[in-house]
Amino acid sequence: MKSLEELDRLREKLQEDMRIREGRQETRVTVTMGTCGIAAGAREVITALLEEIKKRNIKGVTVTQTGCAGLCHYEPLVEVETPGAERVTYVHVDAGKAREIVLGHLVNGQIIKEWTILKK
Amino acid sequence: MELYRSHVLVCAGAGCISSNCHAVKKALTDNITRLGLEKEVKVVETGCMGPCDQGPVIVVYPEGVFYRRLKPSDAVEIAEEHLLKGRVVRHLIYQRPDTGNAALTFDQIDFFNKQTRIALRNTGIINPESVEEYIARDGYRALGRVLSQMTPEEVIEWVKKSGLRGRGGAGFPTGLKWEFSARAEGCPKYVVCNADEGDPGAFMDRSILEGDPHSVLEAMAICGYAIGAGRGYVYVRAEYPLAVQRLELAIKKAREYGLLGENIFGTGFSFDVEIRVGAGAFVCGEETALLASIEGRRGEPRPKPPFPAQGGLWGKPTVINNVETWANIPPIILKGPEWFAGIGTEKSKGTKVFALAGKVNNTGLVEVPMGTTLREIIFDIGGGIPGGKEFKAAQTGGPSGGCIPARYLDVPVDYESLTRLGAIMGSGGLIIMDETTCMVDLARFFVEFVQDESCGKCAPCRIGTRRMLEILDRITRGQGRDGDIELLEELGRGIKAGALCGLGQTAPNPVLSTIRHFREEYEAHIYEHRCPAGVCKALTTYVIDQDKCTGCGRCALICPAKAVTGEKKKPHRIDPEKCLKCGTCREKCKFRAIYTL
Repeated sequence: MKSLEELDRLREKLQEDMRIREGRQETRVTVTMGTCGIAAGAREVITALLEEIKKRNIKGVTVTQTGCAGLCHYEPLVEVETPGAERVTYVHVDAGKAREIVLGHLVNGQIIKEWTILKK
Repeated sequence: MELYRSHVLVCAGAGCISSNCHAVKKALTDNITRLGLEKEVKVVETGCMGPCDQGPVIVVYPEGVFYRRLKPSDAVEIAEEHLLKGRVVRHLIYQRPDTGNAALTFDQIDFFNKQTRIALRNTGIINPESVEEYIARDGYRALGRVLSQMTPEEVIEWVKKSGLRGRGGAGFPTGLKWEFSARAEGCPKYVVCNADEGDPGAFMDRSILEGDPHSVLEAMAICGYAIGAGRGYVYVRAEYPLAVQRLELAIKKAREYGLLGENIFGTGFSFDVEIRVGAGAFVCGEETALLASIEGRRGEPRPKPPFPAQGGLWGKPTVINNVETWANIPPIILKGPEWFAGIGTEKSKGTKVFALAGKVNNTGLVEVPMGTTLREIIFDIGGGIPGGKEFKAAQTGGPSGGCIPARYLDVPVDYESLTRLGAIMGSGGLIIMDETTCMVDLARFFVEFVQDESCGKCAPCRIGTRRMLEILDRITRGQGRDGDIELLEELGRGIKAGALCGLGQTAPNPVLSTIRHFREEYEAHIYEHRCPAGVCKALTTYVIDQDKCTGCGRCALICPAKAVTGEKKKPHRIDPEKCLKCGTCREKCKFRAIYTL
């Protein structure tokens, strides 16, 4: 360790992994993973989400899972909750869509309307 | 570093290790691998989380769900339900002992949310074997700031301003100690960590070393800079093998990162730490005895002055602080002395860690602001007394401390208030006693402990405590004489005034404080030949209340001496000749019909 700056850089890199233990984050991405969700491919979706968030180094996002939301034929579902905004539910998500949700919604703040449940 | 969506924190403090947390951890990792979740869920071993009687405990993040008393077989359910499907396994979470209400997460549990954690800020949250996790939680930043932005005088000024006092027992202002050493003539100077925690029931120092060893190393380096020392020693007792092991690893990792060793942070400051393992003599917790032991001599105290700050290790100026004191230093540097001084009471700043033990529902480690009342600690955090029994007294400070009776439950706990009550803060052991504890027997236990551990160098401690023990022995055997209480008081005063070191000077405290607050119990033993709590066997007769007894026969069945007789459905009797006074019948009686005379 050669300087305080070097320690600060190292800390920032290490901090993201520890953030999960600090309680609720600003943004919460929930994948419904009941039997129906898993059967429809939710596992690939959550892996893709995690990979993409790590790759783009997005801070303050929790990825978590929940049980069946009752909309089994729409599975896999991904819900994005940001403070001060309405909860957005994406339906029929696959790994590719998941990556685009990360880029579009989490990075650029653009809801991808045509994939949400509010389409109709 | 991989990004995981969930962290499973498995408590691996010594308490949970003895309740087999490693088997639980293995079962969890096996199941996580079986379900293919190893890239999503990370399992981390941490230091002690505090609620030791609930062990093995785990916390699942991001939700912060707290599972307790786990068996390896529970891992299947937790992995399949919670980790895979996100459904909390309700029957494995914590329930309040009084209401039976389930608490889902960490912060809903009174035991946790009523605490203020400064010294224990990382214990139970980080993996103690990973310096990276310590760094991620602002670790070594205080050292970096001190070395690159502060002068040694400023550091001492900050510690003085914070109002931090020694957490090992005596409560001497830490900043003053540092200043004395900094000003003292002599080179080289030394920094010593006292981890020879010996009070029965106290284990906060062990938990900090096991759960957050880097915080102690960082603080010692900060002190080294402040007083101009290049070398530190951690004196830890051999009975703490896990603490030694984790500390060794921490020193190795810190050296790898260049956080200990030569030219730290490129500032030209060099500091290194070595471990010295003590052989487990209680007196070695006394600072001059400890220093003698590090030097390789017999662990015996010597008269002061010179104080260690002037003439300590090898006669050189030495700062010696207790583990918990050290753990408070980095946050003071990072958040400022005003922040620390804003917590606690007028003369006692910050927090204190207590080891809750004895007759209390939630035993374990708790950290509360100075000035918290005993009632809050015992009833809000500790969850009250089990079995609906009556609170009788709290014993603080171990063999050097005293008992605080129920009428002082609302006194704010700090150094001064405890001293006024005849007890001391000590290292923070807090033993809770209910109506079934005999105060004379308790005093006898502590005097026996001190007598056993007395190094024998000075007569007041060596002979005085022996005489006290003999008198107490006699009283508990029912052979107490008129004048014994006064003799104990006189002996106690003499030993306090005449003993060489802190061990002897405080040894009479348990006796004097129980006489002060529970004199009537001593009198009952001596003059009425009875033990009100029913503990001293020679003075106890077990009797069955003929009105309450239903004749269920349970006591007759379990009595090992077959001393209980009677017809079914009719009140039974105990034959005092046969009775062994084990108390099993009283414990098992559903109708509370058995009492002691």
